[in-house]
Amino acid sequence: MAGTKEIRTQIKSVQNTRKITKAMEMVAASKMRKAQENMQATRPYLEKIRVVISNLSKAHPEYTHPFMVERPVKRVGLILVTTDRGLCGGLNVNLFRHVLRNMQSWSESNIEIDVCVIGSKGAAFVKRGAFNPVAEISGLGDRPRFVKVQGAVKTLLDSFEAGRIDEVWVARNEFVNSMSQKPNLVRVLPIAPETVSAQQHHWDYIYEPESKDVLDLLLKRFVAASVHQATVENVACEMSARRIAMKNATDNAGDLISALKLKYNKARQAAITQEIAEIVSGAAAVG
Amino acid sequence: MSITVRVDIVSADHAVMGGEATFVVVPTTMGELGITPRHTQLLAELKAGEVRVTDAKGIVSLFFVSGGVVEVQPQAITILADSALREEDARALVMIEEEARLKALESRIEIGTRETDYFRLRGAVEAEERLKWIESIRGGAHHTSQ
Repeated sequence: MAGTKEIRTQIKSVQNTRKITKAMEMVAASKMRKAQENMQATRPYLEKIRVVISNLSKAHPEYTHPFMVERPVKRVGLILVTTDRGLCGGLNVNLFRHVLRNMQSWSESNIEIDVCVIGSKGAAFVKRGAFNPVAEISGLGDRPRFVKVQGAVKTLLDSFEAGRIDEVWVARNEFVNSMSQKPNLVRVLPIAPETVSAQQHHWDYIYEPESKDVLDLLLKRFVAASVHQATVENVACEMSARRIAMKNATDNAGDLISALKLKYNKARQAAITQEIAEIVSGAAAVG
Repeated sequence: MSITVRVDIVSADHAVMGGEATFVVVPTTMGELGITPRHTQLLAELKAGEVRVTDAKGIVSLFFVSGGVVEVQPQAITILADSALREEDARALVMIEEEARLKALESRIEIGTRETDYFRLRGAVEAEERLKWIESIRGGAHHTSQ
């Protein structure tokens, strides 16, 4: 009977694990729905602000904001949007791999990188590698607030304005659907002006109070909104990735349990057979 | 039928309204600004205050915005608010909770010493304006349509 007891404890422990992963799966599924709604809700703002900016690039402003000017790139700012918690499959790892590839090509062309991390997984990643973290925020929760993101982005915006960095990129996971997320890296600064066709007639906005102030406000909002959207989307990605990961874990635990059960029954029956054999042979020896 | 202009009010976390209007009043940093359809292109900075939208039937809807930007095109007005509140939502809010929210924001300013303070301070100022606004519409203060 030696083997059976161990197998029984093993089955118990796997069953407990399965209970936990099952619970996590269900929690992630319900959070995913909320995160997706949240993602839809933040979209109109970004879309509208994008429309305004594209109108702006069609206008002929007397003042060009530094955010819209391309400069030779010597140093880039990278905003890395990650999750706070693990157990969400390869979500963060895939993003890191994607980012590393780009970082490599940057460093090959002697471009230095300032990293602003959102989420504690990213912070750990930056600590491990020899990167230059300039800002770090974590614990945004399931509904990242716009104001908090604004604070985090401010450092990079300030150094962009001061000319210390020449480009700002955002690395995050893109929500394709609840089954797949795609890591991607997009440039948010400088804002590429749309190519203007020559036949458009000249017009410009009236600015209240000053063109510089209004544009400054608008473009800063735009960057913050882009990053905010990225964080919100990342939460949706996290939840759906976690749901899938936990579903797989639950399924695997189920497979493991049935394999162990089979092994347990075999061991139990072997023990019984052996006992019977011993009794029969004992009786035969006596008789 | 009167001439109308498309109005969209969006805040950072949701779309607040979208529809046609004959007259819109927005609180800019330079003072209140009334916009009628076919207004020339304009970009203005908003401060915390009340937005009034008059529709084709002459019904006025009230909104609170905590700041942001307004873009005016001849055919469309876009209000990019940092946060916005509808009149009917404001009425449904629990007053005590709002007051507590403001207190919490104010208390945090004293503790904080970092750069994020600016955002907190601004948040508190906006929250105060918001509270005042909610009180005013609850107090039954009548707004004329224009």
